[in-house]
Amino acid sequence: MILHTLIDFDILKVIWWLLLGVLLIGFALTDGFDMGVGALLPFVGKTDVERRVAINTVGPVWEGNQVWFILGGGAIFAAWPPLYAVSFSGFYLAMFAILAALILRPVAFKYRSKRDGAGWRATWDWALFVGGAVPALIFGVAVGNVLQGVPFRLTEDLHSIYEGTFFGLLNPFALLAGVVSLTMLLTHGAAWLSLKAEGPVAARARAIGSITGLVAVVGYALAGLWLAFGIPAYHFAGAVPADMPANPLLTAVDHGGSWLAAYGARPWIILAPALGFAGMVMAVLGLRAGREVSTLLWSKLGIFGVISSVGLTMFPFILPSSIDPKSSLTVWDSSSSQMTLFVMLVVTVIFMPIILAYTAWVYKVLWGKVTEAEVTSNSHSVY
Amino acid sequence: MDLSIVELSRIQFAMTALYHFLFVPLTLGLSIVVAIMETVYVMTNRPIWRQMTKFWGTLFGINFVLGVATGITMEFQFGMNWSYYSHYVGDIFGAPLAIEGLMAFFLEATFVGLFFFGWDKLGKVQHLVVAWLVALGSNFSALWILIANGWMQNPVGASFNPITMRMEMTSFFDVLFNPVAQAKFVHTTSAGYVTAAVFVIGVSAWYMLKGRHWELARRSIAVASAFGLASALSVVLLGDESGYDVSQNQKMKMAAIEAMWNTEPAPAPFTLFGMPDQQARETKWAVHIPWAMGLIGTRSLTREIPGINQLVAENVNKIRSGIVAYGALMKIREAKGDVPDNVQVSFENHSRDLGYAFLLKPYVNDPRTATEAQIVKAANDTVPTVWPLFWSFRIMVALGFGFIGTMAYFFYMASFKGMRFPRPALRLAVWMIPAPWIAAELGWFTAEFGRQPWTVDGVLPTALSVSHLSATDLAITIAGFALFYSVLFIVEMGLMIKYIRKGPYQDVEETEEWMERHEKRLNACDDDRAGLSPAE
Repeated sequence: MILHTLIDFDILKVIWWLLLGVLLIGFALTDGFDMGVGALLPFVGKTDVERRVAINTVGPVWEGNQVWFILGGGAIFAAWPPLYAVSFSGFYLAMFAILAALILRPVAFKYRSKRDGAGWRATWDWALFVGGAVPALIFGVAVGNVLQGVPFRLTEDLHSIYEGTFFGLLNPFALLAGVVSLTMLLTHGAAWLSLKAEGPVAARARAIGSITGLVAVVGYALAGLWLAFGIPAYHFAGAVPADMPANPLLTAVDHGGSWLAAYGARPWIILAPALGFAGMVMAVLGLRAGREVSTLLWSKLGIFGVISSVGLTMFPFILPSSIDPKSSLTVWDSSSSQMTLFVMLVVTVIFMPIILAYTAWVYKVLWGKVTEAEVTSNSHSVY
Repeated sequence: MDLSIVELSRIQFAMTALYHFLFVPLTLGLSIVVAIMETVYVMTNRPIWRQMTKFWGTLFGINFVLGVATGITMEFQFGMNWSYYSHYVGDIFGAPLAIEGLMAFFLEATFVGLFFFGWDKLGKVQHLVVAWLVALGSNFSALWILIANGWMQNPVGASFNPITMRMEMTSFFDVLFNPVAQAKFVHTTSAGYVTAAVFVIGVSAWYMLKGRHWELARRSIAVASAFGLASALSVVLLGDESGYDVSQNQKMKMAAIEAMWNTEPAPAPFTLFGMPDQQARETKWAVHIPWAMGLIGTRSLTREIPGINQLVAENVNKIRSGIVAYGALMKIREAKGDVPDNVQVSFENHSRDLGYAFLLKPYVNDPRTATEAQIVKAANDTVPTVWPLFWSFRIMVALGFGFIGTMAYFFYMASFKGMRFPRPALRLAVWMIPAPWIAAELGWFTAEFGRQPWTVDGVLPTALSVSHLSATDLAITIAGFALFYSVLFIVEMGLMIKYIRKGPYQDVEETEEWMERHEKRLNACDDDRAGLSPAE
């Protein structure tokens, strides 16, 4: 079969880099608001009914949203196997914490309403809080570490050896990135609650969201300055053929200079951070003014801008190595084979539009606010 | 290579995979049973069928969520604990996992929310379509995961690339239509359907014993026994066995399952019972059924099935060939792009056996320097421990035949004897509830333990597949999973029992409305018992 040579290898790599971005952004836009709602739960709902209103705004959709994350994992495995192998084993205990949180969360959603006891429900509320807040924080911490470079090296046989520690991940810049990611998703959750809930739950969400939104904006600005002036960048030491075979050790990499150089080379990428700021600021203003649909849209645009800004700044680097720069994983040297990328692209082109269509239909069916009356009168069928 | 890391990683994988598979079979089968019940509801409009759909749907939901939650672990632990495996075969193995996400997870997860929350928001037919899409999504998921697993058993459509130091896909269609994968898919999903049938019949039988919910119980048994009988026949007849014939290492697995130490003249006898002795390489007190093994294993009277000793001898040759491949690979790497023709040819002729050279890694760092004794040792390592395979396979098969018998009995009594079950039969049905889970777990044990010492048959040994982690890392996660999963299991069982005891939720308003609407029809048709008590 030579069908897979229809699209050049280097173009396939760029397409899959973009698709990786699409999946991560899709995850943050959809599952982001349910994690935000989970993390806001103890603060927006004072009574059981109020909490149930908040939970039921995401009740029918969290499961589908979470698939963005699972698919993200699968797509990294299929399209970027070295990235999957290095990052998942390197961030081992952090990944375990995310796993624990993401296992706890579905169970909490489903089981909380299955018994009436106050203790039972309080336990699952706590689980929803952890299940929302912990991954939101860790994802940011991970991005903060990736931007600085991660202490791993590859052997000649391409075994990945990680030489850092779990607590090494919790450095100041990474924690700042974690705060940005957590507050950004809290704000997104608040924007969702402001649209889908009413009364005290929506009012509290708006009050909290306008504060977390401000923290996110300030944090993002600080992280940007820190990155530009305090964190050395990675770049290739010499020309790299974009259609090279996928072996990270075949490229030489230097560590030094500023990430700002990317903005000199590709000035248009300034649009990403600009959109990030604009979206988050407009979301805060929208929350204060009580606008509903547009606030959620602005929040989505903000998240889109923030995540793209990271990817575009680092391009073509995906996972730089701080202790052995030539082990760094980049778009050109850590993908799957041309055939696998092609096959996966065909499958994605067929199924992604179908997924988007039926997901949109489901949201349309569920359109409208979740009210206290609806929740209390359908106790046997809703959460 | 630290062997304790390998052992700990294997324990963790076995633990999390077997735990995940406590929830999967019921999801596979019950999603279909529920969709069938809803189909009957839409066709007949009787509230009892809607009540049944909701009741079994609730139990489905309690089970489903743990399948989803523990599935996340499965998707991630390849990278976490098996990073060299992920690098080495991710080009092939990752694809079905990603397609599973695109084609199956999105479908089931997006619509399962609507299934539970959409009763008042969707039309009847729309809701029915949603129920079938959930079932379809779950079953597609099984298809793709078994294509991935089938590739580990029989790695077709791929070859080793010396520049990227990994296996790369050469034919997606070979991976997709891998005969081992197809056989496993039919076998595994059918086993899931049997699980659901036994569960539904068991719970219904318990209601009958207690004299509760007769209308729900008898209809549920009618559906489940027909569905279960077809599935139980499918599990055994279209079982896994057909796939064993395909590849060399499946042959080793088959010989180990049968404790067949030496090649027997065709058609070989089937060892019904016996005590396999790995040291002496013989099976003590064996009870044979003449011809049976040859017939099952090869579907012929004349083809021989190789015994363990003969396969080990073949593997010695493969290891030697693998050493040649390894030597050529090292030369290719040293040449940095300027590879002499004879090295290239030698690599191409032997690269198929490269994985066998890696079997020497526990004994010697550079396989080229292996001694004759080390080669023999490594060849002996290709024999999995026989007795656990021998016994788990036999228990699984016995249970499989037991399911056919039970399903046939319940189907017969339900269809022709007016549901007049004797009480001991109902009690048996209740006690049988755990049996399909035991069979399914033993089946996975046979499939995966039987493939040892490989993660990918003939390609990558398990000992080489692991991540470079510390024993502390693994101890933390194993303890974490053990604790966390035990608590979740207790919680899940508690809820299942609570909701089974509680019984179906009766929507009084709807039932009365229905009775009014159909009053005339009910009067005209005087032997319609269901109509007289539509929802108890």
